[in-house]
Amino acid sequence: MSEPVPITINVNGRKRSAMVEPRLLLVHFLRESLNLTGTHVGCDTSQCGACTVLLDGSSAKSCTVFAVQADGSEVQTIEGLADGDELHPLQDGFWEEHGLQCGYCTPGMIMSAVNLLEENPAPSEAEIREGISGNLCRCTGYQHIVNAIQHAAERMAQS
Amino acid sequence: MTIADGPALPKLIGERVKRREDPRLIQGQATYVDDIKLPGMLHLAFKRSDIAHGVIRSIDTSAAAAMEGVELVITGAELAEHLGPMPIGTPFPAPDHFSVATDKVRYVGEPVAVVVAEDRYIARDAADAIEVEYDELPAVVDPEAAMEADSATLHEGFERNIAVESYWGGTGVNPETAQPEDDSAVDAAFAEADVVVSQRMLNQRLAPNAMEPRGVVAQYEPGREYLTVWSATQNPHILRTLVAAMMGLGEHQVRAVAPEVGGGFGCKINIYGEEYVAAALSRLVKAPVKWIEDRTEAFLTTTHGRDLLGYIDLAAKSDGTITGLKARIIADIGAYEVLLTAMIPTLTGLMMNGVYRLPVVRHELTEVFTNKTPTDAYRGAGRPEGLYFLERAVDMVARELDMDPAEIRRKNFVPADEFPFATQSGLVYDSGNYEPCLDKALEVADWQGLLAERDAARAEGRIVGVGLSFYVEVCGLGPSAVVPTGGWEHSGVTVERGGKVTATTGASPHGQGNETTFAQMLADHFSIPLEDITILHGDTGVVKQGIGTFGSRSQAVGGAALISAAGKAGDKMKQFAAALMTDQEVSPEDLVFEDGRIQVEGAPEVSKTFAEVADYAYVPVPLPPGMEPGVSEEAFFEPENNTYPFGCHISMVEVDRDTGETKLLKLIAVDDCGNVINPLIVDGQVHGGLAQGIGQAMFEEVVYDEDGQPVTASFMDYVMPRAADLPVFELDRTVTPTPINPLGAKGVGEAGTIGSTPCVVNAAVDALAPFGVTHIEMPLRPERMWRLINEGGQS
Repeated sequence: MSEPVPITINVNGRKRSAMVEPRLLLVHFLRESLNLTGTHVGCDTSQCGACTVLLDGSSAKSCTVFAVQADGSEVQTIEGLADGDELHPLQDGFWEEHGLQCGYCTPGMIMSAVNLLEENPAPSEAEIREGISGNLCRCTGYQHIVNAIQHAAERMAQS
Repeated sequence: MTIADGPALPKLIGERVKRREDPRLIQGQATYVDDIKLPGMLHLAFKRSDIAHGVIRSIDTSAAAAMEGVELVITGAELAEHLGPMPIGTPFPAPDHFSVATDKVRYVGEPVAVVVAEDRYIARDAADAIEVEYDELPAVVDPEAAMEADSATLHEGFERNIAVESYWGGTGVNPETAQPEDDSAVDAAFAEADVVVSQRMLNQRLAPNAMEPRGVVAQYEPGREYLTVWSATQNPHILRTLVAAMMGLGEHQVRAVAPEVGGGFGCKINIYGEEYVAAALSRLVKAPVKWIEDRTEAFLTTTHGRDLLGYIDLAAKSDGTITGLKARIIADIGAYEVLLTAMIPTLTGLMMNGVYRLPVVRHELTEVFTNKTPTDAYRGAGRPEGLYFLERAVDMVARELDMDPAEIRRKNFVPADEFPFATQSGLVYDSGNYEPCLDKALEVADWQGLLAERDAARAEGRIVGVGLSFYVEVCGLGPSAVVPTGGWEHSGVTVERGGKVTATTGASPHGQGNETTFAQMLADHFSIPLEDITILHGDTGVVKQGIGTFGSRSQAVGGAALISAAGKAGDKMKQFAAALMTDQEVSPEDLVFEDGRIQVEGAPEVSKTFAEVADYAYVPVPLPPGMEPGVSEEAFFEPENNTYPFGCHISMVEVDRDTGETKLLKLIAVDDCGNVINPLIVDGQVHGGLAQGIGQAMFEEVVYDEDGQPVTASFMDYVMPRAADLPVFELDRTVTPTPINPLGAKGVGEAGTIGSTPCVVNAAVDALAPFGVTHIEMPLRPERMWRLINEGGQS
């Protein structure tokens, strides 16, 4: 173990400072230090994407980032996605289209989709499937997830 | 006279109602077991065997125990003073199995010692610092070699590593000897057959891989002598029963909670050593403890599924009439029997009758110990294996006879007028109507069009195939006589003050959406808004009794219990309502629930609101003669039989000639699960099942090397189906209600995994048939397919 080091991360628009062990994973900083337990851990090898957050605007697997590496960065988690009581169009899309069952992969899946739609606001079905291929879901067979992302893309295009 | 001014309420059963679970899940507000923090909570880490088979010579825990932040290090032998061997849920003989190995290890990942520490990082560091020396023994890896006389053995008293042997067939089994009394009918059927296909097929070992790994928090309160266990489990009531027994406590001293659970798929039915260890160590260290599995631990220690080797022979006449089936099945059950291990492969033979009239069947099953992770239920649990074997064999007969795969099935279907139908294996199919389902699938898929498309593709030099399967499965488990835990389900329905309703169900969900479907049912039953209903589950402190969610039983058994309890509560509401309307001489039998009112049927002007009747029930002045205050009723539902859903799946695949990669182009699933409460949720269940069934056919396999070392212990090595691997599924339904429960619902959770696997493999064999291929082992790996294209034959 090494000595704790100071970090400051802007999480969901709020500056959070802490002393952390250098080996502390970002996902554990979010979950254990900040009690933001919406971000989940599904594997330890960045294969499943349950831990996906936005790190300086791009999707990142927070189980494979040390908290110290995010020092000075902006992190957005599922808890920071809705605008007050108004759901983000992707959250709404997942609800409307039954894009989730057990819900465990869902926060990471939604954060990946946020990044996808920012890069490609009108993706084809194949592009959506490719775009979420870093995220595993064991419940849905992905079809309703694809529908959910299409639903959100259409709504975002209208607004 | 009171008339509510609310709008008319639409009926919700059968509607695509959005899930009530979702708002918390899409906002990161749900509480899974790893989200639970208790004051003073400590963390567990397990030291696990890194060899497959060996005797523990020594365990040095000194370095671990000396680490700062470590509260306790305890070995299996020391723990055995606090925890006896683990119970199982089947009647089969089983070797002792301790939560943590005491003297011998039998699979990679088996725990040998446990650390309790201040945080999970320190706990892992300390576990790594434990040094274990073993005297290694030869690893038993191949289940057939395991049965040879010269094989090493895992357990004393289980010679040749055989755990279970069963045999039935012909004209019956002598119960004294378990040997067939007269098997000549089977031999005669095969001797007289025009065509016999014989195939060795492996239904490979799979990892269930719920996205949430297992986890447990245990808190023993010495002052109350009371234990609370939160666990990622499918069945908290079974957890309570078994943890209480292991801890020497009564069930009144244990509360088990399944909080939000991130998928189960069968692997969270078993009650695992870690759950008992957490409970015992919480009592020992006098603090709450938490253990959360990592993914590699999940691959090594969470039960695997499948792993059945089948030697299948199917006999038929030249017109395609199937005349006999012989199945010799070897189940590689891994190192131990856990909760349902030994029972799962028995379901395979039971279901191998499929949808056909099979005149004679001979079935042999041997379950074998090997130095691998124990097996137990995995989505479908025995049925995917049996239906895979059967539907592959039927396809092979069709190919031999140059028959259309749909027509050979149609020819052998159990006719609609023969239900209830008694199978050779002793089951009674409740209801069925197979031909319309087949016809609908052929129509939705445009079967003739698909064949033409295939032929056109072949003419272009592409390697394309189409496949079909027709399955029947067993759901709604089931009568208590055949379910070791008891097969009933329980529900409670309370009408609260103000006319709101709280209901409990013992069918503890983990993604199935019971909070929505059960509320739909109550909304219709009481004719009140969905928002006025809360469904509680997953907590033995709240849900008085229950069995759990497995075997597609939530709706068929749990839903039936709910409706029964709702019926009792409704009767009492009507009695109170009638008492409020004595001046109008209303009797409870005249009353119905309608749009938030309790009214005389057809006369809404003679009514009371649901809310005012509820209020009266809790301040019953005057109390109607012979009545107790309040409305809180409960019911157990014991099904008289299982249910037998069925369906037809059709697929089209293309194989890349250069790379051997198989692409699934189409999958059409027409399933019949009886009456449907929420088609959105049913579609979701089918989609998920299809992905898992396709995953087995195309991608997934747990692999061990010759030393018993797992080589697929992470998502980097074990191939899970991803979004881009799957096509858009085309779904449709036929509806054949079951007479077994008042809902007519059969269950749908496992259907997709059962039909899709043989369907996809049948399509792949069809694709490679021009190369002389008659069978392909799963998964359809590119290398395997490339070899078949280039070398022909079988894999």
